Amino acid sequence: MTFTTGEQVRTKNTDPPHHTRLPRYARGALGTIVRPQGAHTLPDDVVRGITSQAEAVYEVRFSARELFGAGDHTVTLSLWESYLEKP
Amino acid sequence: MSGDHADAPIAARVRRMEHLLEQRGLVVPGVLDETLAAFLNRASPTNGARIVARAWIDQAFREHLLVDAQVAIAGLEMSMGGGLRAQDLQVVANSEREHNVVVCTLCSCYPLALLGPSPTWYKSEAYRSRVVREPREVLREFGVDLRPEVEIKVWDANSEIRYMVVPNRPPGTGNLTEEQLAALVTRNGLIGTALV
Repeated sequence: MTFTTGEQVRTKNTDPPHHTRLPRYARGALGTIVRPQGAHTLPDDVVRGITSQAEAVYEVRFSARELFGAGDHTVTLSLWESYLEKP
Repeated sequence: MSGDHADAPIAARVRRMEHLLEQRGLVVPGVLDETLAAFLNRASPTNGARIVARAWIDQAFREHLLVDAQVAIAGLEMSMGGGLRAQDLQVVANSEREHNVVVCTLCSCYPLALLGPSPTWYKSEAYRSRVVREPREVLREFGVDLRPEVEIKVWDANSEIRYMVVPNRPPGTGNLTEEQLAALVTRNGLIGTALV
């Protein structure tokens, strides 16, 4: 699945038992793709010794209201394709 | 969220691993320390400050920096390399309408090569958990009182990409040389917890 700049995405609402780089506060949230950031190996696989191909990473922006229910700022994260789905 | 790493059991494991590598002849004794020392000697916030000063006086450099920081800083003979693994760099600029601030909520990701070792508060749970939720209040505690209309962008450095902030050029600095401008820039300014 690939995403394009300006597209809305939703982060997966998962709670894996292993290391992940999708912070808890940003799970299940609606954000906007700002730009692609190249390809990197999924950290969830790296820490478990699983060999996997590098996958696309995107800069994704969220409103504070979406993440925390309040606030007028934005939070931007780099998120692997595996963490994202179509809303 | 992980806590302080300084006295974690991993430190003892790393020392043991280093000893074994040396014992088996895979690493020349002392070479790891020398490599780290050489990297840390070059890693300093004066690097970030030089980049900012150039961005203040050279519009073309500034535009290049904001689009492709890796290549732009190579022109100043700087890089994000020198550590065990080279990292990507993204530079974001403040403006009259926008203020940027950097955090790593999951651990302590930070552009070490350009900013030097990170301040203790950057690794604290208080900063990491609060600045994503209430940046305006956190910045106020750092003495940065932003006008309500200034939009705050928080950057959570959670991947291989590291962030650095270009602060606004202070007013009344039109006569300063590039070197004098660089001397105005602080490490906190490069993180976004100071105005300059």
